[in-house]
Amino acid sequence: MKKFWAWGALIVGLLYFILPLLGMTNFSLKMRRGVYSFDAYAVVLSDPRFQETFTYSVVMALFTIAFGVLLVVPTAYWVRLKLPGLRPYVEFVTLLPLVIPAIVIVFGYIRLYNTSSWLPLTGSITGTNILLMFGYATLSLPYMYRAVDTGLRSIDITTLTEAAQSLGAGWTTILTRIILPNVLVAVLSGAFLTFAIVIGEFTMAALLNRPAFGPYMQLLGANRAYEPAALAVIAFAITWGCLGLIQLVSRFQKGAQSPV
Amino acid sequence: MSSDSSAASQPTREPFRLPLHWLGAAPFAIFVLLFLIMPTMRIVIGAFQTPDGSFTLDNIRGLFTTSILSAYWISIKISIASALLGCLVGFSVAAAVVLGGLPKWIRGPLLTFSGVASNFAGVPLAFAFLATLGPVGLVSMFLKTQVGIDLRALGFNILSFWGLTITYLFFQIPLMILIITPALDGLKREWREAAQILGATNGQYWRLVAFPILLPSFLGTLALLFANAFGAVATAIALTGSSLSIVPILLFAQIRGDVLGNPHLGYALAFGMIVVTGIANTIYIWLRARSERWLK
Repeated sequence: MKKFWAWGALIVGLLYFILPLLGMTNFSLKMRRGVYSFDAYAVVLSDPRFQETFTYSVVMALFTIAFGVLLVVPTAYWVRLKLPGLRPYVEFVTLLPLVIPAIVIVFGYIRLYNTSSWLPLTGSITGTNILLMFGYATLSLPYMYRAVDTGLRSIDITTLTEAAQSLGAGWTTILTRIILPNVLVAVLSGAFLTFAIVIGEFTMAALLNRPAFGPYMQLLGANRAYEPAALAVIAFAITWGCLGLIQLVSRFQKGAQSPV
Repeated sequence: MSSDSSAASQPTREPFRLPLHWLGAAPFAIFVLLFLIMPTMRIVIGAFQTPDGSFTLDNIRGLFTTSILSAYWISIKISIASALLGCLVGFSVAAAVVLGGLPKWIRGPLLTFSGVASNFAGVPLAFAFLATLGPVGLVSMFLKTQVGIDLRALGFNILSFWGLTITYLFFQIPLMILIITPALDGLKREWREAAQILGATNGQYWRLVAFPILLPSFLGTLALLFANAFGAVATAIALTGSSLSIVPILLFAQIRGDVLGNPHLGYALAFGMIVVTGIANTIYIWLRARSERWLK
């Protein structure tokens, strides 16, 4: 009897998740009347706007990841090594982007860094791109920081640091040649999650008027019928791919936990 | 004399070493200050300012108009409905897998899938549901042609309260599964055995032992899911355009083009969002700390 209810709950739950995925896949294949075809995908993939916005988002994701690693790895390392008393506060701050909605943060950016302010980042295209990258880095901070911090927990950074110092290594050498290789798996899982977040992000890019993939999807959704479903399938495949890669790299590190 | 000089040299050395320690955390502190704390503070302060910069409560008072209050009310209702349903369904699925005696191999793939689905929010999610429950979607058409139920005629519309709630459930249920599974794992076999030895029935064990232990986790996750739904913008905009007036959509339109006719009312609107998600998250953190006493 208990098993019956358990199976029932699981099947109802699964049905709820499978039907939308089936629906979107099915719809994306129905562009040509009467037969299944990949026409919608062909239209989407050959659209120059798709290529532009997708490339833009990929480049932004790579910059965000690079910036995030540069910011988070030294900080997490330093806080663990020299400022352990600060750890709860840093952790609290890194969780704030989950509390404050992204739309509020970007609203603050627009008011704080507009053309008439002391730091007019929104005045130029490069400036706005940099601001958007900082915004993405903020959104991914909770995941990135926790991934790196978990990675650092599994190695003895005090001993490693002292050993390196007694052999004459400076801080740059310690960070790039000792700490980073040791937490690489953790950094990678944070990076894949950041990639998934940035590729699909809509609010910040739309409000800062940047030609990213998220706003393009929304625009296409408002004007077309079949192409959006094809885009949704592509986006789901990317999310799935990123999280699959996290599982894969986590398996290479004993005791590592995925940040999700 | 000599003790005097050593006491004097001691404090002069200390201040030189201290700042270097703190310098290591400076880049992070500056980044967080500039791109997280200050933008938020700007919104909070702006909510209490007039356009020329003096202090006022008029913006907050301005929130209490019928249209804005009803936007908050719909937002809160959608968030509560999707959080409650998400908790119940997610709990059932997690309980089925952890306690229901299902095959062990189901667990791994289910948690992986939950990780993907809880991140599959935003614009594509709206498309998936339009293709399923929209006017010509898979399920709508199936019900219409094969079963003879016309969802439209029954009054169901994907661009509505229930449409949005059902769509949000797609990321709410997996989040619940991810958070509650460890809590269910934490229910120790010994507690059940101890209860049985003392003569408790299955119902008594659940009512008097398992339920009180799980309650903080359950309520905490409920608060988290509420905040999660309340801040969601992209899904709502992609699904409904601006036909359903919920707070994030109203704020989006306000930032885009000052639809409320008063820039500082926008600050107040955003401030209201911070207050609501802030309360929900405080409840989550508080209850989470309580539940960790039992579930280690």
